[in-house]
Amino acid sequence: MSDSIKLNYQINDEDFTRAGEASGDVKKRLRQMGCSPEVIRKVAIAMYEGEINMVIHADGGEINVEITPEDITMVLKDKGPGIPDIEKAMQAGYSTAPDNVRALGFGAGMGLPNMKKYSDEMHIDTVIGEGTTVTMKVYQ
Amino acid sequence: MTVKEIAEKCAFKILNSAESADAKEVRSVYCCDLLSIAMSRMSEEAAWVTVMSNMNTLAVASLTDVSCVILAEGVAVEDNMLAKAKEQEIALFSTDLPVFEAAMMIGKALGM
Repeated sequence: MSDSIKLNYQINDEDFTRAGEASGDVKKRLRQMGCSPEVIRKVAIAMYEGEINMVIHADGGEINVEITPEDITMVLKDKGPGIPDIEKAMQAGYSTAPDNVRALGFGAGMGLPNMKKYSDEMHIDTVIGEGTTVTMKVYQ
Repeated sequence: MTVKEIAEKCAFKILNSAESADAKEVRSVYCCDLLSIAMSRMSEEAAWVTVMSNMNTLAVASLTDVSCVILAEGVAVEDNMLAKAKEQEIALFSTDLPVFEAAMMIGKALGM
Protein backbone atom coordinates (compact mmCIF):
# COMPACT_ATOMS: atom_id res chain seq x y z
CA MET A 1 0.00 0.00 0.00
CA SER A 2 2.48 2.67 -1.09
CA ASP A 3 0.06 5.01 -2.85
CA SER A 4 -3.17 6.44 -1.62
CA ILE A 5 -6.44 5.25 -3.13
CA LYS A 6 -9.23 7.73 -3.76
CA LEU A 7 -12.85 6.66 -4.13
CA ASN A 8 -15.96 8.67 -4.95
CA TYR A 9 -19.57 7.67 -4.34
CA GLN A 10 -22.77 9.46 -5.25
CA ILE A 11 -25.53 8.77 -2.72
CA ASN A 12 -29.03 8.90 -4.19
CA ASP A 13 -31.92 10.58 -2.46
CA GLU A 14 -34.56 8.53 -0.70
CA ASP A 15 -32.95 5.29 -1.82
CA PHE A 16 -32.89 3.24 1.34
CA THR A 17 -32.63 0.01 -0.56
CA ARG A 18 -29.22 1.02 -1.93
CA ALA A 19 -27.90 2.67 1.19
CA GLY A 20 -24.96 0.62 2.37
CA GLU A 21 -23.54 -0.08 -1.07
CA ALA A 22 -20.83 2.57 -0.76
CA SER A 23 -19.76 1.46 2.72
CA GLY A 24 -19.99 -2.18 1.58
CA ASP A 25 -17.67 -1.43 -1.33
CA VAL A 26 -15.13 0.32 0.91
CA LYS A 27 -15.28 -2.58 3.34
CA LYS A 28 -14.57 -5.05 0.53
CA ARG A 29 -11.59 -3.03 -0.70
CA LEU A 30 -10.12 -2.66 2.79
CA ARG A 31 -10.44 -6.40 3.27
CA GLN A 32 -8.65 -7.07 -0.02
CA MET A 33 -5.91 -4.69 1.08
CA GLY A 34 -5.43 -6.69 4.25
CA CYS A 35 -6.54 -4.04 6.75
CA SER A 36 -7.23 -5.21 10.29
CA PRO A 37 -10.78 -6.41 11.05
CA GLU A 38 -11.11 -3.72 13.73
CA VAL A 39 -10.27 -0.93 11.26
CA ILE A 40 -12.66 -2.39 8.69
CA ARG A 41 -15.47 -2.59 11.23
CA LYS A 42 -14.94 0.99 12.37
CA VAL A 43 -14.92 2.34 8.81
CA ALA A 44 -17.92 0.25 7.73
CA ILE A 45 -20.12 1.33 10.66
CA ALA A 46 -19.11 5.00 10.63
CA MET A 47 -19.60 5.29 6.89
CA TYR A 48 -22.90 3.38 6.78
CA GLU A 49 -24.36 5.63 9.47
CA GLY A 50 -23.20 8.63 7.45
CA GLU A 51 -24.71 7.25 4.28
CA ILE A 52 -28.03 6.66 6.00
CA ASN A 53 -27.99 10.16 7.50
CA MET A 54 -27.48 11.64 4.03
CA VAL A 55 -30.45 9.71 2.65
CA ILE A 56 -32.72 10.50 5.61
CA HIS A 57 -31.92 14.16 6.12
CA ALA A 58 -30.34 15.57 2.98
CA ASP A 59 -31.69 13.86 -0.14
CA GLY A 60 -28.34 12.19 -0.66
CA GLY A 61 -24.96 13.69 -1.41
CA GLU A 62 -21.40 12.71 -2.17
CA ILE A 63 -18.80 10.68 -0.29
CA ASN A 64 -15.08 10.84 -0.96
CA VAL A 65 -12.83 8.27 0.63
CA GLU A 66 -9.05 8.31 0.72
CA ILE A 67 -7.15 5.27 1.89
CA THR A 68 -3.48 5.64 2.81
CA PRO A 69 -1.17 3.33 4.77
CA GLU A 70 -1.71 5.62 7.79
CA ASP A 71 -5.45 6.15 7.80
CA ILE A 72 -8.81 6.17 6.01
CA THR A 73 -10.49 9.55 5.54
CA MET A 74 -14.18 9.80 4.68
CA VAL A 75 -15.67 13.12 3.61
CA LEU A 76 -19.46 13.10 3.41
CA LYS A 77 -20.87 16.19 1.77
CA ASP A 78 -24.56 17.01 1.37
CA LYS A 79 -26.72 19.95 0.38
CA GLY A 80 -29.33 19.28 3.06
CA PRO A 81 -30.92 21.59 5.61
CA GLY A 82 -27.89 21.71 7.92
CA ILE A 83 -27.82 20.80 11.62
CA PRO A 84 -29.25 23.58 13.83
CA ASP A 85 -27.87 22.23 17.10
CA ILE A 86 -24.88 19.91 16.74
CA GLU A 87 -24.62 19.30 20.47
CA LYS A 88 -28.19 18.05 20.58
CA ALA A 89 -27.74 15.98 17.42
CA MET A 90 -24.74 14.29 19.03
CA GLN A 91 -26.80 13.14 22.03
CA ALA A 92 -27.50 9.41 21.99
CA GLY A 93 -31.24 8.88 21.51
CA TYR A 94 -31.99 12.28 19.99
CA SER A 95 -33.52 11.87 16.53
CA THR A 96 -35.42 13.95 14.01
CA ALA A 97 -36.00 11.02 11.65
CA PRO A 98 -39.55 10.88 10.26
CA ASP A 99 -41.92 7.98 10.97
CA ASN A 100 -41.46 6.28 7.58
CA VAL A 101 -37.74 6.03 8.30
CA ARG A 102 -38.29 4.75 11.84
CA ALA A 103 -40.45 1.98 10.41
CA LEU A 104 -37.35 0.75 8.57
CA GLY A 105 -35.40 0.37 11.80
CA PHE A 106 -33.67 3.74 11.85
CA GLY A 107 -34.25 6.74 14.08
CA ALA A 108 -32.67 5.32 17.22
CA GLY A 109 -30.77 8.57 17.58
CA MET A 110 -27.48 6.71 17.35
CA GLY A 111 -26.29 7.80 13.90
CA LEU A 112 -23.95 10.66 14.80
CA PRO A 113 -22.98 9.08 18.15
CA ASN A 114 -21.95 5.90 16.31
CA MET A 115 -20.02 7.93 13.74
CA LYS A 116 -18.10 9.62 16.55
CA LYS A 117 -17.60 6.39 18.45
CA TYR A 118 -16.21 4.46 15.50
CA SER A 119 -14.02 7.16 13.98
CA ASP A 120 -10.76 8.36 15.52
CA GLU A 121 -11.39 11.93 14.38
CA MET A 122 -14.66 13.55 13.36
CA HIS A 123 -15.39 17.08 12.27
CA ILE A 124 -18.76 18.56 11.28
CA ASP A 125 -19.11 21.67 9.11
CA THR A 126 -22.72 22.71 8.78
CA VAL A 127 -24.49 25.78 7.39
CA ILE A 128 -28.25 26.10 7.82
CA GLY A 129 -29.98 25.96 4.47
CA GLU A 130 -26.78 25.08 2.61
CA GLY A 131 -25.61 21.69 3.79
CA THR A 132 -23.34 19.64 5.97
CA THR A 133 -19.91 18.14 5.49
CA VAL A 134 -18.77 15.46 7.91
CA THR A 135 -15.13 14.44 7.84
CA MET A 136 -14.15 11.24 9.62
CA LYS A 137 -10.76 9.61 9.97
CA VAL A 138 -9.97 6.09 11.10
CA TYR A 139 -6.31 5.30 11.87
CA GLN A 140 -4.82 2.15 10.36
CA MET B 1 -21.79 -24.80 15.92
CA THR B 2 -22.27 -23.93 12.27
CA VAL B 3 -25.10 -21.92 10.75
CA LYS B 4 -26.42 -25.03 9.05
CA GLU B 5 -26.44 -27.01 12.31
CA ILE B 6 -28.23 -24.21 14.18
CA ALA B 7 -30.89 -23.91 11.50
CA GLU B 8 -31.50 -27.66 11.54
CA LYS B 9 -31.55 -27.94 15.30
CA CYS B 10 -33.98 -25.03 15.68
CA ALA B 11 -36.08 -26.07 12.65
CA PHE B 12 -35.86 -22.63 11.08
CA LYS B 13 -37.30 -22.23 7.61
CA ILE B 14 -34.54 -21.57 5.08
CA LEU B 15 -35.11 -18.40 3.04
CA ASN B 16 -31.59 -18.27 1.69
CA SER B 17 -28.61 -20.49 2.14
CA ALA B 18 -25.21 -20.60 0.51
CA GLU B 19 -22.35 -23.00 1.04
CA SER B 20 -20.09 -20.21 2.26
CA ALA B 21 -22.73 -19.03 4.74
CA ASP B 22 -23.79 -22.47 5.96
CA ALA B 23 -20.31 -23.31 7.13
CA LYS B 24 -19.87 -20.16 9.23
CA GLU B 25 -19.55 -20.58 12.97
CA VAL B 26 -22.21 -19.16 15.28
CA ARG B 27 -20.73 -18.05 18.60
CA SER B 28 -23.41 -15.79 20.05
CA VAL B 29 -27.01 -14.71 19.62
CA TYR B 30 -28.19 -11.11 19.43
CA CYS B 31 -31.66 -9.49 19.40
CA CYS B 32 -32.53 -5.91 18.47
CA ASP B 33 -34.55 -4.29 15.71
CA LEU B 34 -33.04 -0.82 15.79
CA LEU B 35 -30.31 -1.00 13.19
CA SER B 36 -27.89 1.53 14.67
CA ILE B 37 -27.92 -0.23 18.02
CA ALA B 38 -27.61 -3.66 16.46
CA MET B 39 -24.76 -2.50 14.25
CA SER B 40 -22.88 -1.08 17.20
CA ARG B 41 -23.43 -3.99 19.57
CA MET B 42 -23.45 -7.17 17.51
CA SER B 43 -20.32 -9.21 17.45
CA GLU B 44 -19.01 -11.01 14.43
CA GLU B 45 -20.31 -14.54 14.10
CA ALA B 46 -23.54 -13.74 15.92
CA ALA B 47 -26.92 -15.15 14.99
CA TRP B 48 -29.13 -12.05 14.71
CA VAL B 49 -32.80 -12.47 15.58
CA THR B 50 -35.01 -9.59 14.45
CA VAL B 51 -38.44 -8.69 13.06
CA MET B 52 -36.94 -5.93 10.93
CA SER B 53 -37.32 -7.39 7.47
CA ASN B 54 -35.90 -5.10 4.79
CA MET B 55 -32.85 -4.41 2.66
CA ASN B 56 -31.19 -2.43 5.43
CA THR B 57 -31.26 -5.48 7.69
CA LEU B 58 -29.06 -7.24 5.13
CA ALA B 59 -26.78 -4.21 4.76
CA VAL B 60 -26.18 -4.22 8.52
CA ALA B 61 -25.73 -8.01 8.57
CA SER B 62 -23.14 -7.75 5.83
CA LEU B 63 -21.27 -4.81 7.34
CA THR B 64 -21.02 -6.45 10.75
CA ASP B 65 -20.21 -9.97 9.46
CA VAL B 66 -22.87 -11.72 11.50
CA SER B 67 -23.15 -15.40 10.65
CA CYS B 68 -26.88 -15.48 9.91
CA VAL B 69 -30.14 -13.55 10.23
CA ILE B 70 -33.31 -15.09 11.68
CA LEU B 71 -36.57 -13.27 10.97
CA ALA B 72 -38.91 -14.00 13.88
CA GLU B 73 -42.69 -13.76 14.29
CA GLY B 74 -43.16 -15.04 10.73
CA VAL B 75 -42.63 -11.55 9.30
CA ALA B 76 -43.01 -11.26 5.52
CA VAL B 77 -39.98 -11.07 3.25
CA GLU B 78 -39.97 -9.15 0.01
CA ASP B 79 -38.52 -10.57 -3.18
CA ASN B 80 -35.84 -7.90 -3.45
CA MET B 81 -34.60 -8.86 0.00
CA LEU B 82 -34.35 -12.51 -0.97
CA ALA B 83 -32.48 -11.55 -4.13
CA LYS B 84 -30.04 -9.44 -2.11
CA ALA B 85 -29.45 -12.21 0.42
CA LYS B 86 -28.68 -14.57 -2.44
CA GLU B 87 -26.34 -12.11 -4.13
CA GLN B 88 -24.45 -11.39 -0.91
CA GLU B 89 -24.52 -15.01 0.29
CA ILE B 90 -26.16 -14.15 3.59
CA ALA B 91 -27.83 -17.03 5.44
CA LEU B 92 -31.43 -15.94 6.05
CA PHE B 93 -33.96 -17.92 8.05
CA SER B 94 -37.51 -17.49 9.20
CA THR B 95 -39.51 -18.72 12.18
CA ASP B 96 -43.00 -18.12 13.56
CA LEU B 97 -41.54 -17.98 17.09
CA PRO B 98 -41.28 -14.65 18.93
CA VAL B 99 -37.83 -13.06 19.09
CA PHE B 100 -37.07 -14.20 22.64
CA GLU B 101 -38.09 -17.80 22.08
CA ALA B 102 -36.13 -18.04 18.85
CA ALA B 103 -33.07 -16.57 20.55
CA MET B 104 -33.45 -18.86 23.54
CA MET B 105 -33.58 -21.85 21.24
CA ILE B 106 -30.34 -20.77 19.58
CA GLY B 107 -28.80 -20.12 22.98
CA LYS B 108 -29.68 -23.63 24.13
CA ALA B 109 -28.24 -25.11 20.94
CA LEU B 110 -25.04 -23.19 21.69
CA GLY B 111 -24.99 -24.58 25.23
CA MET B 112 -25.64 -21.23 26.90
